[in-house]
Amino acid sequence: MNDLYIILTATLVSASCALLGCFLILRRMAMVGDAISHAVLPGIVIAFLLSGSRDSVTMLLGAGIIGMFTTFLIEFFHKKARLQTDASIGVTFTWLFAIGVVMISLFAGKVDLDQDCVLYGEIAYVPLDVIITQGGVNIGPKALYVSGIILLVTLLFIFLAYRKLFLTTFDPAFASAIGISTTLWHYALMGAVSMTTVASFESVGAILVVALLIAPAATAYLLTDNFKTMLGLACLAGTISSITGYYLAVWLDGSIAGAIATMSGMLFGIAMIFSPAHGLFFRKIKAEAH
Amino acid sequence: MNALWEFLSFSDPNIRYVAFGSVLLTASSAIVGSFTFLNKKSLVGDAIAHAVLPGICLGFLLAGNKNPIALIVGAFVTGWISLVLVEYITTKTRIKEDTAIGLILSVFFGIGILMLTVIQKSGNASQSGLDHFLFGKAASLVGSDLVTFSIVAVILLVMVLALFKEFSLLAFDKDYARSIGLPVKGIELVLTSLIVLAVVIGIQAVGVVLMAAILITPAAAARFWTDKITVMFFLASVFGAISGLSGAFISYTAPSMPTGPWIVIVISTIAFISFFFAPTRGVIGRYIRQAKIRKTINDENVLKILYQLGEENKNFFIPRLVDEIIRKRFYEKQALISILKRLTRQGYIERTRNLWGLTEEGKNRAQRVVKIHRLWELYLTTYMHIAPDHVHEDADTIEHLLTPELEERLEKILGYPKVDPHQSKIPYREDVDTKL
Repeated sequence: MNDLYIILTATLVSASCALLGCFLILRRMAMVGDAISHAVLPGIVIAFLLSGSRDSVTMLLGAGIIGMFTTFLIEFFHKKARLQTDASIGVTFTWLFAIGVVMISLFAGKVDLDQDCVLYGEIAYVPLDVIITQGGVNIGPKALYVSGIILLVTLLFIFLAYRKLFLTTFDPAFASAIGISTTLWHYALMGAVSMTTVASFESVGAILVVALLIAPAATAYLLTDNFKTMLGLACLAGTISSITGYYLAVWLDGSIAGAIATMSGMLFGIAMIFSPAHGLFFRKIKAEAH
Repeated sequence: MNALWEFLSFSDPNIRYVAFGSVLLTASSAIVGSFTFLNKKSLVGDAIAHAVLPGICLGFLLAGNKNPIALIVGAFVTGWISLVLVEYITTKTRIKEDTAIGLILSVFFGIGILMLTVIQKSGNASQSGLDHFLFGKAASLVGSDLVTFSIVAVILLVMVLALFKEFSLLAFDKDYARSIGLPVKGIELVLTSLIVLAVVIGIQAVGVVLMAAILITPAAAARFWTDKITVMFFLASVFGAISGLSGAFISYTAPSMPTGPWIVIVISTIAFISFFFAPTRGVIGRYIRQAKIRKTINDENVLKILYQLGEENKNFFIPRLVDEIIRKRFYEKQALISILKRLTRQGYIERTRNLWGLTEEGKNRAQRVVKIHRLWELYLTTYMHIAPDHVHEDADTIEHLLTPELEERLEKILGYPKVDPHQSKIPYREDVDTKL
């Protein structure tokens, strides 16, 4: 049963990440996603201090705000101080992450977080933190519900705003010509990324969530030219990584999150070589046939 | 204050190790990192920092202990593989560079974490301390670390000094470097190796995640103070050293505090101060300069209107109502009045109750603006062959910006013409006018 809980949680988390990741990599904002996932750390600590627990709502709010703040800072340094984008990203997220780590040591007694958890999460402990109803019935781990709700919210967000997200991603000039605010949707997407990052935080840690944001989406991108298919394939790649990653970790007796990231990289490697349309293997065969 | 003196006297050997080690690491990383910054590859440093983790674990597994040479060699190998892969993915597939960097960074880190946790559970006693690579351990540096750091720092510095010219040329003009026959690939290879080396020792101070900061943040900060590359490198290393020393001091006064993050907070603070307050490139300096230019443009435009009104009546000194000016060119009334008041204070305009008229000085300044405007229109039509009805906008901008030297050259090139393309008279100063 514990195995199932862990795999299910990982699958739900990786699906939300994969969906948002598709938008990120097509907007060439993969590294902004990376930056946000690091930068939410102080937000998590502050939310912890304010609410005194891992109360999810406060945390999601704190993370959303910090995520948008990060996005704003990166834009601000780039536009107003004319700092090149890559440096702007690098300076901003390392600063916020450093503040987060300092806060963890400063409030070590009050905040139930440690540095390892920040780096690679505690998905192995997911089955321990269960919700027990008033009637005393164990209805399963809390993380499972949190990641389920986040996936629902992400799906709802993409479903409702699909056209706008799609247009601002592929043709921002046309989108703004017909009156869709590219800035608004940019920030909305970054807000969603921040929330997903935080929700995934306990499971896979602030850093490995980047693997889940980028790798499945990149894998899917190599397999199809249709965006809706890409969303589906990315979720599938995330799911496969979660399941195989879990068993790899059990086999080696190592970090589950690390193993999931490893597997997501493997899947990408396979897609890179054997993708029917864009794979290196088939391209070579085609080239030789000509 | 006492703590500060005690710290700065370096009487305690531990303080000496920590302070000296941190400064060595941050300063040499800052120098190497400046090239990644100038090459616009800031995030590549981040990728290498994450990618060395599996290499360190591999080095440990092969050597069976924490032999620094084995760890550094291992880190070197995977750091390099990660770069090659990023390059390969970017050129061979449709994946863009940022995605490739993020992908390699996170997957390599994942593999590293997996290996690290496996090693930790393997029961090998000598593995403890391997996780220092994750968060750094600047506060617990010892003498033998210092020896390794010093050797690496010296290698980095000597290499950078020896190849400074080549590295700079590559950063600014790769095509030119290639055309004069420099071995571009080879030099890039050396530079990348230096970055990997800096990362390998740097992460022992600040850890994987924050490594990118000590590589690029000093360079980003230094860039705001100067346009000279040598000055920039000097400043970057000084900023790096200051942050290293402060980090060491903070963890000396508050031992529970992690040194690495504090180093990064200090260097980020220096960077933010630079972004805002650096005189010419900073946000505030830029804003002030823009406001000044905006003011000049507004002032000169109002003077110009008064001059043009004067041309219509053949008398430049008739005092005018505010409404007359607005009829010629629209302004918010209050804004216009405040411009007029400013011009009055500067002596360009004379006010009599609600009437405003040019002074001699005001007329001269306005005349110059109008002259440049019309000369420029003529220049654009004769030399650039732009239609006369397309030149006004451009002239409207240049009239506020042209320096006296350029103004003189323009007059000479065009041969002091009498009228512009729209047959308006070009007004020269009296002394020039009489000579014509």
